[in-house]
Amino acid sequence: MKLNHESIEINAGLMIVLIMLAISIGGLVEVVPLYYIEDTVEKVDGVRPYTPLEQRGRDIFIREGCYTCHSQMVRPFRDEDMRYGHYSLAAESQYDHPFQWGSKRTGPDLARVGGKYSNAWHVKHLVNPRSVVPESIMPNYPWLLKTELDYSDIAARMRALKAVGVPYSETDEEYQANVEKFGKEIAEMLDINNAEKNLVKQAEAGNYDKDPSRVTEMDALVAYLQVLGTMVDFSKYDEGYFAEFR
Amino acid sequence: MAQGAVAADTQYDYDIVKKFAIMALVWGVLGMTAGTYIASELAFPFLNFDIAQITFGRLRPGHTTMVIFGFGGNALFATSYYVVQRTCQARLWGSGLANFTFWGWQAALVIGVLGYMNGITDGKEYAEFPWYVDILITLVWVAYFVVYVQTLRRRSQPHIYVANWFYLAFILATAILHIFRNLAVPVGLFHPESYSLYAGVQDAMVQWWYGHNAVGFFLTAAFLGMMYYFVPKQAGRPIYSYRLSIIHFWALSFMYMWVGGHHLHWTALPDWTSSLAAAFSILLLMPSWGGMINGIMTLSGAWEKLRTDPIMLFLITALSFYGMSTFEGPMMSLKSVNALSHYTDWTVGHVHSGALGWVAMITFGSFYHLIPRLWETRLWSTRLVYVHFWLATIGIVLYIAAMWVSGIGQGLMLRAFDDYGNLAYTFIESVQFMHWPLVVRALGGAFFVSGILLMCFNVYMTVRTAKQEQAALEGKIAAKVAQAGA
Repeated sequence: MKLNHESIEINAGLMIVLIMLAISIGGLVEVVPLYYIEDTVEKVDGVRPYTPLEQRGRDIFIREGCYTCHSQMVRPFRDEDMRYGHYSLAAESQYDHPFQWGSKRTGPDLARVGGKYSNAWHVKHLVNPRSVVPESIMPNYPWLLKTELDYSDIAARMRALKAVGVPYSETDEEYQANVEKFGKEIAEMLDINNAEKNLVKQAEAGNYDKDPSRVTEMDALVAYLQVLGTMVDFSKYDEGYFAEFR
Repeated sequence: MAQGAVAADTQYDYDIVKKFAIMALVWGVLGMTAGTYIASELAFPFLNFDIAQITFGRLRPGHTTMVIFGFGGNALFATSYYVVQRTCQARLWGSGLANFTFWGWQAALVIGVLGYMNGITDGKEYAEFPWYVDILITLVWVAYFVVYVQTLRRRSQPHIYVANWFYLAFILATAILHIFRNLAVPVGLFHPESYSLYAGVQDAMVQWWYGHNAVGFFLTAAFLGMMYYFVPKQAGRPIYSYRLSIIHFWALSFMYMWVGGHHLHWTALPDWTSSLAAAFSILLLMPSWGGMINGIMTLSGAWEKLRTDPIMLFLITALSFYGMSTFEGPMMSLKSVNALSHYTDWTVGHVHSGALGWVAMITFGSFYHLIPRLWETRLWSTRLVYVHFWLATIGIVLYIAAMWVSGIGQGLMLRAFDDYGNLAYTFIESVQFMHWPLVVRALGGAFFVSGILLMCFNVYMTVRTAKQEQAALEGKIAAKVAQAGA
């Protein structure tokens, strides 16, 4: 061999440097441009950060490992369009830390589950899936209805999310920016200073678990499920508009 | 490998190897039992028993963590510490630091798995460890790197043997993957949860860059390192082609890092990224098969060993499964195939043909070679090794075949239309269809678990016999000394 591999084989330092070089390139080429190519995330109205209650619901979704059986990513196929709805956009998960696209559908995709079933159906289904879908193999989640939601740390959670880039507001300036971007009603919900108040308000107004006396984990999870895939109004966009970004 | 006048167990640090080897088996039993249990939950959902800690969603990360990082990780620590000492003919550097890697790794596993069961998880597949465990793992990994490289530097001959290249690539790549996948902001200093630095499409790409290279470097490159030592040793022949090992090592290290995007075909990831990933996935077939050929051909001229040596049977079957799953993988990375296979059990079957067929089988074979040498004795029963081999093989075949049926079946059902252009099946009908394949899959898992249990028994008896032999020998020497004194 003219290249003389021996010089690498007798030099641990050189070998380490060359391995580092070999293994760094692929990741750099595929990840870094996703932050710089503008078309990566579609330009679309309506996508907003989760409200405090929805975010706590999302935390519970992750805690229970729902992603091990449910994806949140509708693909651009005719059968998926008929079964679930419009294919998912990158924009729709731009505030998801971490993403929950999933990798397995032991149960159906959930990216567009919001609004498809009533709150009462979700509660019944989560407590005992076989009571509404007899052939289901999903576990029962009765504790969600029994456990009061711990929202004492909601402000800290929103601050952490803010630190990784979610536009929750803390100062007046940030709040005004949100009013401009999302409208007053939504900007109000994204204000960290009123997080607890907003959370309880949404739970009481939604009355997801039909028990207005307290906020349960069920309230939060159902609030999250009901918002999934509902933020973008697809009737506002021409057919083919989103294909330009792919 | 000359040992000179010094006995192997004083020249080399075997204690640390023994500890890791035993824990690999312990985590293997726990992880595979958990796997069989969650497989049974899918076939018979009452097994969730309304107990939060053992529901599928919480136990599944426990299963993957215990088999990948518990069984696989401990097996890699054990064999890499053994191989680096034997091939460098040098004692392991820094026994205190090596012990820290042992205890740190076990602690990370225990805290991680109990955490998932109690609802503490990052929710990122194969990287579910919470942030404080991530920090512990980082420290362990830095210590591992230092111990490994310092031992390499002690080598008594100029060349670094090929097995060590693979272990080195595994250690470096795992460090990079672990750090960048787990960058996150904790909710608080005393709060177990954190939020990933990345979001949405970027988070997805980082995830599968991490996830597929956990397969590429943790479950492939490192186990190739294992292969490059134990196959030639057990066969009593040098590796088939030195040149092939160079080419496939560098090709594998370079190409693997590009392929993660094939987990995101047809998603909101831009097409250019997933197409690039698919192209590299197909190219990757070549270095993968380079490794397989190099391993299997090492046996050329000694094929009769397959008839007489069950350890060789394990090693060569492992390489065959490696060849099969590294063919299946590139095929599944084709967009048209992936459209059907993705999100179904086909993927699960593919992973297990690699994890059970390649990773576990090569580990079993290597351990049957390693354990008697560590305790300076012979295996208690060779016949049990044969029984283990057949239990494991039948288990894998049942598992993979069931997952093909279930995965391809569900894929076809979900895309079927009736004469009027409506969907032919509801989702739940595909779930009903999967019942029997899921039962057979759980049965396959049970076969595999019974195999490793048998192995544990064999190893226990081997170690016990070794200790009895040792005691008898010491007794004899003591008697001789007493006689001489009298």
